[in-house]
Amino acid sequence: MATIGKLLNESLRKDEQGLLDQWTALQAKASGRRMSAAEEKQLQTQSREFLAALREAAQQDADDISKPEWNGVRDFLSQLSSSRARTGSTPVETAMFILSLKEPLFSRMRRDSNDPQELADEIWKATVLLDRLGLLTTEAFQKTREEVIARQQQELLELSTPVVRLWNNVLALPLIGTLDSARTQVVMQNLLEAIVQTRSDIAVIDITGVPTVDTLVAQHLLKTVAAARLMGADCIISGIRPQIAQTIIHLGVNLEDVTTKATLADAFAVALKRTGYAVTRVKNSNGTAG
Amino acid sequence: MERIPILKMGEFLLVTIQVDMHDRLALTLQDDLTEQIVKWHAHGVLIDISALEMVDSFIGRMLSNIANMARLLDAQTVVVGMQPSVAITLVELGLPMRGIRTALDVEKGMQTLRISLGSNGHPQETDGSVED
Repeated sequence: MATIGKLLNESLRKDEQGLLDQWTALQAKASGRRMSAAEEKQLQTQSREFLAALREAAQQDADDISKPEWNGVRDFLSQLSSSRARTGSTPVETAMFILSLKEPLFSRMRRDSNDPQELADEIWKATVLLDRLGLLTTEAFQKTREEVIARQQQELLELSTPVVRLWNNVLALPLIGTLDSARTQVVMQNLLEAIVQTRSDIAVIDITGVPTVDTLVAQHLLKTVAAARLMGADCIISGIRPQIAQTIIHLGVNLEDVTTKATLADAFAVALKRTGYAVTRVKNSNGTAG
Repeated sequence: MERIPILKMGEFLLVTIQVDMHDRLALTLQDDLTEQIVKWHAHGVLIDISALEMVDSFIGRMLSNIANMARLLDAQTVVVGMQPSVAITLVELGLPMRGIRTALDVEKGMQTLRISLGSNGHPQETDGSVED
C-alpha cells in the first residue's frame, strides 16, 4: 500500500479540471499582477503538465522524492525553475507555483474524507511532499542564478585585463577593480605574453583603478614584476594614490626594488627616457612657434 | 653523451638550450661552461632559454647557480628569452634569480652585454645608441 495514500491519489484524480482551474486561478492571484493571455495559457500548460507528472509519480509506491519514480516530476520542476530564473521571476513566485497547490488540493482531500484521523495523516504527508518539491524549485532556481553569475564573472575576467601598447617597446596595463589570485594569474599571463609578442622592454602597471591594496594584492603585483623582470622587461608601477601609498607603508610592503610613480604620465616619461626618446614642444599653445 | 653546445662569439660565449633540460644535462653544462669561460677568458656569457618550456625547482636553481658561477669567473651573464610560463613558475617557486641580468632575446642580450662590458673598462666597442 502506498505510504502517500489513497486519499491524495483520489483527490488528484477525481476532479482534474476543477483542481487545475482553481490552482491556476490561485497562482494568477498570487502573482499580484494581471497576466497577458499568452502568459495565462503558458501557466495553464505548465500546471497541467505538472499535475500529470505528479499523479503519475504519486501513484507509484514512493514518498521519497529522490527515488527514480519521481524523476519526471523533478526534471520538470528544475526545468521550470531555471526557465523562470532566466526570465527574471523572483524565487517567491517560483516557489508559489508548488505551494499554491496546497489550498485547492487540501480542500478536496477534506471533502473526500470522512475519517478525521486519516485526513490529518494524509494532509501531513501531502504537505511534506509539496514542501520538498517547493524546496526543489528554489534550489534549481538558485543553481541557475549561480550559473549566470559564474558566467558573468568569467566574462568580467576576460574583459577587464587589456594590455595597451603605449609606444615602441612600451606597454601599459591599466588595472581596474580588486585584484585577487585568479585575476592576477590572468593579468600576469596576458602581460607576459604581450611582452614576448611586442618585444617590449618596459611595462607600466597602472593601479589607479584598484580601490584598495592589501598585502595580498601587493604580493601579486610584486610577483608580476618579478616574472616580467625574469623575461628581461622592466616594470613601472604607476597610479599610486596618497591613501594607497600610506597603506603600503603601514603594511610594511617592500616596493623598494620597483620603480613607482604617482601618475601614468610620469611613468610614461620615465619609459620614454629609458628607451631613448624625448618629448619636445614644437609650438606654443596659441599656435606660434615656440 | 648528450651535451649542450657552447659557442664562442668573440669575447662572449653563447649557450643555447634547445632540448628539455634534465638534471644530468644541467650538471654537465655547469662543468663545461665554467671550463670554457676559463679557457677562453670570456667576459660575457649569454644563455638562451627560449626553447625551454618547463622548469622545476632544480633546473631553476641550476640556472641561477650557473649564472652566479660565471659571474664569479668575471664573466657577465645574461639569461635571454625566458618563456612566460617559465617566468611564472620560477616566481611561484620563490626563485626570482636575484642579481641575474635578463633580456628579451639574443639581440637585446648582446646589446646589454656590450654596454655593461664597455662601461666596466674591458676593451669593447661601445655602442651607445639605443635601439628603436
